[in-house]
Amino acid sequence: MSSTTEAVLRRQDPGGDRSDPGPDHHPVAGSRMTPGRGGLLRRRRTRLLGLLLLVGLVVVAATLSIAIGSRSIGLGTVWEALTDPGVPTEESVIVRELRVPRTVLGIMVGLALGIAGALAQGHTRNPLGDPGLLGVTAGASLGVVLAIYLLGVGTPAGYVWFAFAGALLGTVLVFTLGSAGRGGATPVTLALAGAALSALFYALVRAILVSDTDSLDAFRFWVVGALSGRGADVAWQVAPFIVVGLLLALVNAPALDLLGLGEDVARGLGQRVWLARLVGLASVTLLCGAATAACGPIAFVGLVVPHVVRAFTGPAHRWLIPCSGLLGAALLLVADVIGRVVVRPGELQVGIVLALIGAPFFIALIRRRRLAGP
Amino acid sequence: MTQLARPATRSGTATAERVRQPGETVVRIGPASGRVRWRHVAVTVGAAVVVVLLGAVSLGRGDFPIGLPDVLRTLVGLGEDTQQFIVLELRAPRIVVGALVGLALGVAGALFQTFARNPLASPDVLGITQGASVGAVAAIVLSGATGGSGVLDGVGVPLAALLGALVTGLLLLVLTWRRGIDGYRLVLVGIALWAMAAALTDWLLTRAEIYQAASAYVWITGSLNARSWDEAVPLLVFLAVLLPAALATSRALGVIQFGDDTARGLGVRLIPTQAAVVLVAVGLTAAAVAAAGPIAYVALVVPQVAVRLTGGPRPPLLASGLLGAALVVGADLLTRTVLPQALPVGVLTAAVGAPYLLWLLVRGRRRSTL
Repeated sequence: MSSTTEAVLRRQDPGGDRSDPGPDHHPVAGSRMTPGRGGLLRRRRTRLLGLLLLVGLVVVAATLSIAIGSRSIGLGTVWEALTDPGVPTEESVIVRELRVPRTVLGIMVGLALGIAGALAQGHTRNPLGDPGLLGVTAGASLGVVLAIYLLGVGTPAGYVWFAFAGALLGTVLVFTLGSAGRGGATPVTLALAGAALSALFYALVRAILVSDTDSLDAFRFWVVGALSGRGADVAWQVAPFIVVGLLLALVNAPALDLLGLGEDVARGLGQRVWLARLVGLASVTLLCGAATAACGPIAFVGLVVPHVVRAFTGPAHRWLIPCSGLLGAALLLVADVIGRVVVRPGELQVGIVLALIGAPFFIALIRRRRLAGP
Repeated sequence: MTQLARPATRSGTATAERVRQPGETVVRIGPASGRVRWRHVAVTVGAAVVVVLLGAVSLGRGDFPIGLPDVLRTLVGLGEDTQQFIVLELRAPRIVVGALVGLALGVAGALFQTFARNPLASPDVLGITQGASVGAVAAIVLSGATGGSGVLDGVGVPLAALLGALVTGLLLLVLTWRRGIDGYRLVLVGIALWAMAAALTDWLLTRAEIYQAASAYVWITGSLNARSWDEAVPLLVFLAVLLPAALATSRALGVIQFGDDTARGLGVRLIPTQAAVVLVAVGLTAAAVAAAGPIAYVALVVPQVAVRLTGGPRPPLLASGLLGAALVVGADLLTRTVLPQALPVGVLTAAVGAPYLLWLLVRGRRRSTL
């Protein structure tokens, strides 16, 4: 890659050093090459504090998610229901059978989406590098529509495998096509291949939905993205994939930091570039595919969370990735709780709440902080 | 526009000879001079010819095939009444709307992608077409046209779409504005607006009766069905104003690419130019979407195809527009002739445009810029 193109890409790079004007803003890891010890300690303390804060946030959000709903349950009752295996009361059944599985699923999906977003932005080096743009959402949508149209599947638990297969197909195709050109996979070809393939998949989805009203009737409730109506069985179905995806993401973090220096430099430092890309893409596929399979497409978490987290972790992925996961989980739970409260006794789906609350917040953040501009 | 200028004598001066790249000619007309890139000219002219040919074929094809001689006769007013009606009142406006919508979307996409220096920055991704969708779906779902009275009675779908697109576009401009428009911030604000609008659209669809949802979904996909001169004429007026404005920004747009400071140093009045580019692109998108719905991915895919065909440094405006027109007219022709069932044209534009972009990506040299 010539130096000019590198410079152009840098301009689009969210993980670049622009969001962090501090003294130790090297894209790899400030701490290793920092000029002064004061900056190093401050940065590390901020990150640790942030991490702890996020863990606390997830705990609080999970508690709220178990306690609040169309029927509010006091914290004492919640505790009893969770610890006392005695005679099941109405409340304890609600807590154990409905609220806890839903909360666990929310945490898993939020973790998965936040981390998948951080990985996707790192690998495409594009601030729009939402997992959706790598073909996951489009593939999953196609899988679900085909399942509805051809096989008459009609429940969230029934959609899971089809959505997952579609997501897998989508990402594999995007990665294959994006790296098939003479130069291999670059951030731009990956992003464009993702956009083009999504266009193709959505064309098929639309062709079916326009001609078959029954499919549209089922699909329109899947596509908003919701945690409601998914029991513990859905959580168990996707859990193994999310666990493997999380492990791969953690393994991928140091390599991603090296890739941030440019592929040539990374190669010179002994990084096997294709392997790093493969692990990253596999992780994104597993995480985002599983999340989408469980809940339907939830667009905003993977996009916003890494931008927010980067404001205090800086661009180092070994901090960015875990923190993005935690914030994603907290965000999803809070949005789900809000969705249960605003239109009682009905519910607003979590995907819609996230977009309507998350987007203005994101815009405010963009305007306040210097996320943009050199 | 240099490529429209008459190719004058090839300059023989030493300086001109030295800066000349292969495949281009320096043109001097009086005090003005410019370079003509022949590949660029060939793509632009080729796209225009393809649009005209596809349009001509389209006039004759459909449920009632009409031969070319008869088509020509109706065009000069000598055909039978039925043919006259089919060609001039049913097919011609539809083709004109298709071509103009493709033109507007292609140019708008090229403007946004160049301005934001990001190949994914198109009106689809920046939320403008989604904003139009919110307006249109709200008009369909909340109107009392199907019994009962609604909030949006009397507001037509095209008007609602136009308003939705313009409101979103203005929000994009206002929210991005901070002592000028930064391309990167534009993209991030745009994607946030997109997410909000998409969520609203999806939510409206879940609230609707299923038959309303079905008709709203056809609109969201983008369709040319039953378009008449009522849509074609306002669109033509819009484009007559906005297209020259877009082309006029072309040169400044090229300079802006070098960065704000360089652009200022080269004498571009930065802030008015930025505002003009975004407003023109929003206007073009809004006009197109109001006429035919958000025909999918034309604005995203076509400029990327155009830049790869012309081999230039950025998506060419006019060539993107003409290729967009060719894509929409061609896709519409396919929906009416080849396919067993009449699908909205938006299905076909994506199905045709996307594989072509993929093919160019796979074949192409490594390109890391736009």
